[in-house]
Amino acid sequence: MSTDRVNVLKTYKLYVGGKFPRSESGRVYEVTDSKGNWLANAPRSSRKDARDAVVAARKAFPGWSGATAYNRGQVLYRVAEMLEGRREQFAAEVAAAEGLSRAKAAAQVDAAIDRWVWYAGWSDKVAQIAGGANPVAGPYFNLSTPEPTGVVAVLAPAGSSLLGLVSVVAPVIVTGNTAVVVADEAAPLPALSLAEVLATSDVPGGVVNVLAGSAAELGAPLAAHQDVNAVDLAATASDTGLATELEVAAADNLKRVLRPAPAGDWTADPGTGRMLAFLETKTVWHPTGGLGAAGSSY
Amino acid sequence: MTVGYARRYAPLVTMPPSVAPALADVTASDAALRRFLHGLPGVDAVGLDARAAALGTRSIKTTAKAYAIDLAISMIDLTTLEGADTPGKVRSLCAKGRAPDPSDRTAPSPAAVCVYPDMVPVAREALAGTGVLVASVATAFPAGRAPIEVKLADVRAAVAAGADEIDMVIDRGAFLSGRYLKVFEEITAVRENCARAGGGAARLKVIFENGELATYDNVRRASWLAMLAGADFIKTSTGKVAVNATPPNTLVMLEAVRDFRDATGHQVGVKPAGGIRTTKDAITYLVMVNETLGDDWLSPHWFRFGASGLLNDLLMQRQKLSSGRYSGPDYVTVD
Repeated sequence: MSTDRVNVLKTYKLYVGGKFPRSESGRVYEVTDSKGNWLANAPRSSRKDARDAVVAARKAFPGWSGATAYNRGQVLYRVAEMLEGRREQFAAEVAAAEGLSRAKAAAQVDAAIDRWVWYAGWSDKVAQIAGGANPVAGPYFNLSTPEPTGVVAVLAPAGSSLLGLVSVVAPVIVTGNTAVVVADEAAPLPALSLAEVLATSDVPGGVVNVLAGSAAELGAPLAAHQDVNAVDLAATASDTGLATELEVAAADNLKRVLRPAPAGDWTADPGTGRMLAFLETKTVWHPTGGLGAAGSSY
Repeated sequence: MTVGYARRYAPLVTMPPSVAPALADVTASDAALRRFLHGLPGVDAVGLDARAAALGTRSIKTTAKAYAIDLAISMIDLTTLEGADTPGKVRSLCAKGRAPDPSDRTAPSPAAVCVYPDMVPVAREALAGTGVLVASVATAFPAGRAPIEVKLADVRAAVAAGADEIDMVIDRGAFLSGRYLKVFEEITAVRENCARAGGGAARLKVIFENGELATYDNVRRASWLAMLAGADFIKTSTGKVAVNATPPNTLVMLEAVRDFRDATGHQVGVKPAGGIRTTKDAITYLVMVNETLGDDWLSPHWFRFGASGLLNDLLMQRQKLSSGRYSGPDYVTVD
């Protein structure tokens, strides 16, 4: 009897501003596994979806960047908890997308969850390594603190559909940025499922927005968008022509640009580079009151 | 400027004493007026909503969109109506009226700046030498709950201070309790008080507060009532209540204006206000105007948007069209 069940086929949708809309363009494309078997239809986002996602990310920025680091860490840890609960689903999606054995896919998912937890822990520690007191020759306390740069467009890397994705998204949002993520075109399903995880954890709507579609098509309007503060070009690792083009477009409003590392191994220790790439430094000079002209002793 | 404006438009803004022989007797008594207003055909709410929704689906692209954006900018009544308004805030809004996009001087100016009566002199001074008009709300805006003497004094003060246009609110209490003649007489009295000492008169916009009128039938009745009383413009709402301008309730007013011109030959303007924030919204309204009333109303003299945030969105879209890049709130002025 159970073999007679009709398949419940899933319609994947975008994740923008905490909601799951269809693409404004109405387009979808076929997602296949590594052997070319049909898996599902994913929405093919247009530049207007990208624009809407930037608006949502901008709207979410004051709340998310203004939240305490402790709170952001808690929220991200909660995401890791939710990921853990859907471990089996992600393992199956990663196995299909990347052509891995079940065990290897599970290892990727575990590594992704661990990576997420690792980044969550950085939320209230990044200020210690990216900021601090500066020695100055004057009667001032001189303190530098890192601040999130704003809305970051993330072109997720190809070839590592969950671990690679988590490795580029988590470092962006943990410091208080909001993100517009363009999932890997060939394997968008783990990213779209991650969106469902984010929607059911405590991440405010708009902090992460997930688009599926072509990085070349969506990269151009995002890189040229005047209200985007930084772009991560991880998707262009194998296409230096596109990377250069996007970098030129991004120069217009002085966006921060993170160029892709050549053929990165996503299981290696990520270091703090990806977090620090999307921070601004605010320095304050505060008079100490001592060493003044009056010569007081304190 | 004001004098020139008044002279140029005097034939347009001065309404003949009786609107039309056919409608002369409907305002003769409260009973006659009620009979007339209740005799207007009822609004098919479902059909109206569907029609408004259908008009919202028109796709306006490229050159038509560029034209619509510039037209919409030129139709804005740039508005600040807060208890916390300061002369400085009004001046900064007027500066925006002079040059909406400092990075692109080809951007048109809005039609008017709309302020409270006590801010009219400030706005008048800040806008001297520009084509931007000064509109003032009056008649104890937004509630309108004040004695008639107070309301008329409010109007006279605004006109004396140099307001080109007066936005009055109707007495919704009287309207909803069926005392239509009271509303009619109040509008007529306000209209008389719009006259300027040196001749000419401020144009009168009559605000219904559609959100408080409860039904589309009431919106249609209020439209006819105000037009019979000599309104130059009918305006949806104050922007101070939960429901402001919506495409359907504006469509009712557009139809009333069309029918009124057919019946009397007299053209009246329409101003939706409140809740219009995006370029898409604005273009929807322009499509409604074009398809309901036609070209005659597609000018700032006959159609306005009461808004403030809308201007920034229009400017961002304008920048997008000229540069090809999406713009952001960092590239327009904050108000």
